[in-house]
Amino acid sequence: MRAHPLAGIIAAAARLISGVQVRWVDSEPDPQQAVYFANHSSHLDFVVLWSSLPAEVRAVTRPVAAQDYWNAGLRRALAVKVFRAVLVARHVEKNEGHEGSANPRLAIEHMLEAMGDTDSLILFPEGTRGTGEEVAAFKSGLYYLCKHRPGLRLVPAYLNNLNRILPKGEVLPVPFISKLTFGSAIGLEPGENKLAFLARAREAVCRLRDLS
Amino acid sequence: MTNLDPQLVWAFSGVLCLLAVSSLIGLALKAAIKKPEAQATIRNLNARIGAWWVMSAIFGLTLVIGQIGSLVLFGIMSLLALREYVTLLPTRRADHRTLFWSFFIFTPLQYFLIAIHWYGMFAILIPVYAFLFIPTRLAIAGDTESFLQRASTIQWGLMICIYCLSYAPALLMLKIPCYAPDAKLLLYLVLVDQLSDVLQYVWGKLLGKHKIAPVVSPNKTWEGFIGGVLTATLIGTALWWMTPFRPWVAGLVSLTITLMGFAGGLTMSAIKRDRGVKDYGTMIKGHGGILDRMDSMCFAAPIFFHIVRYFYVP
Repeated sequence: MRAHPLAGIIAAAARLISGVQVRWVDSEPDPQQAVYFANHSSHLDFVVLWSSLPAEVRAVTRPVAAQDYWNAGLRRALAVKVFRAVLVARHVEKNEGHEGSANPRLAIEHMLEAMGDTDSLILFPEGTRGTGEEVAAFKSGLYYLCKHRPGLRLVPAYLNNLNRILPKGEVLPVPFISKLTFGSAIGLEPGENKLAFLARAREAVCRLRDLS
Repeated sequence: MTNLDPQLVWAFSGVLCLLAVSSLIGLALKAAIKKPEAQATIRNLNARIGAWWVMSAIFGLTLVIGQIGSLVLFGIMSLLALREYVTLLPTRRADHRTLFWSFFIFTPLQYFLIAIHWYGMFAILIPVYAFLFIPTRLAIAGDTESFLQRASTIQWGLMICIYCLSYAPALLMLKIPCYAPDAKLLLYLVLVDQLSDVLQYVWGKLLGKHKIAPVVSPNKTWEGFIGGVLTATLIGTALWWMTPFRPWVAGLVSLTITLMGFAGGLTMSAIKRDRGVKDYGTMIKGHGGILDRMDSMCFAAPIFFHIVRYFYVP
């Protein structure tokens, strides 16, 4: 897949603004298909993660982003053309007392289709941005992706300080130096149930937080 | 590009010769010494020398461009230094907009005031206006948790990273009789200050035994301090011809620069030790961050500026 001509420039700008220091712990960048999953505390999260991947990995990696935020004007143009984002409707789980606003199965199908046989995804399984202090419980998307794609590599990552650069509710960024730590890939074990798997995936992200 | 002052060219050529000699020594040490415990030090030394080439090239280029070049260079260094500083210190969500003001309003304004040679406002923008603005903006944000600590952390960062550092390019706005108004004084300050750092490191590695402040800065020794201050002062004295000073005055001024530089290094180390880190950043290979390199300059520049302004500007 050829990259958009602006992709390299935007990635360099994002790295400059976020001052991101990237570390691969017991792992290394690999253009093989994978799902990169990380903690979520800022709108900049996927831009920074995507920008920190080496160009050949970045070219085949598509962020999953919320349709309601990225679906208009310049944001949409950036998201769709440059990042090749997979826009999905945010799913509000019924057991939180709200009406489900989107069909989670459709979102999963959409992601699988976007991945094809070669492309990787960037996913934030917390579903929504947190304050940056705690990693919330993971939603089940990661599990269903693995169910449909046995053997899928899941690469955990922890993003540090992005919530300080652009916290929830702010429009203008403040430059802090951020850190991005990648860990070694995990996968769904045979017979592993949903809750155990999601807890283990979250644990993989939290472990990287303690390292960074 | 303006006609370059021949003295500026001479001084800068001296820097390049010194770098060439250092690189040769670095290569010789790498080839000669095989002890594994010494090799890490030599690798770091060579990384430092490599970074010095890059820093000298950037600085030399800005000197050639003239005042705007120096202002842009130091302005960017101020922003990067402030970024390293606030990253290291605890801030809260409510500090966000105050920090935005610090980075994107006060910093450009401070350097703009130098560009238009408005000394009266340059000297008070941060100690008066920003000083009062910051706690007010934080109070409006409404979070009172550790209020005074948060306000003073931001005020201190602005003072060190923006105000103090901006005194270095501010030298270009001084009008000294019978002395060409160019970047020679800035080069002189940078040379003496940075050579003092380097020579303290070199003497410390060669002879260092007695630690000055083991808790604050484990690498600083009396031997390094005395050797570095003396040799940098001697070099500063020998460079009197590029300054408006007589030789003995150049000696005293150089001594002041080196002592202030030492004070800066020590103070900025105390913050690092309190926060439990070795370096402020990783931007400059072998050296750490911008603040690790400019800590001495933050303390030396304002004092040097005011000495020159008091005694040499009518």
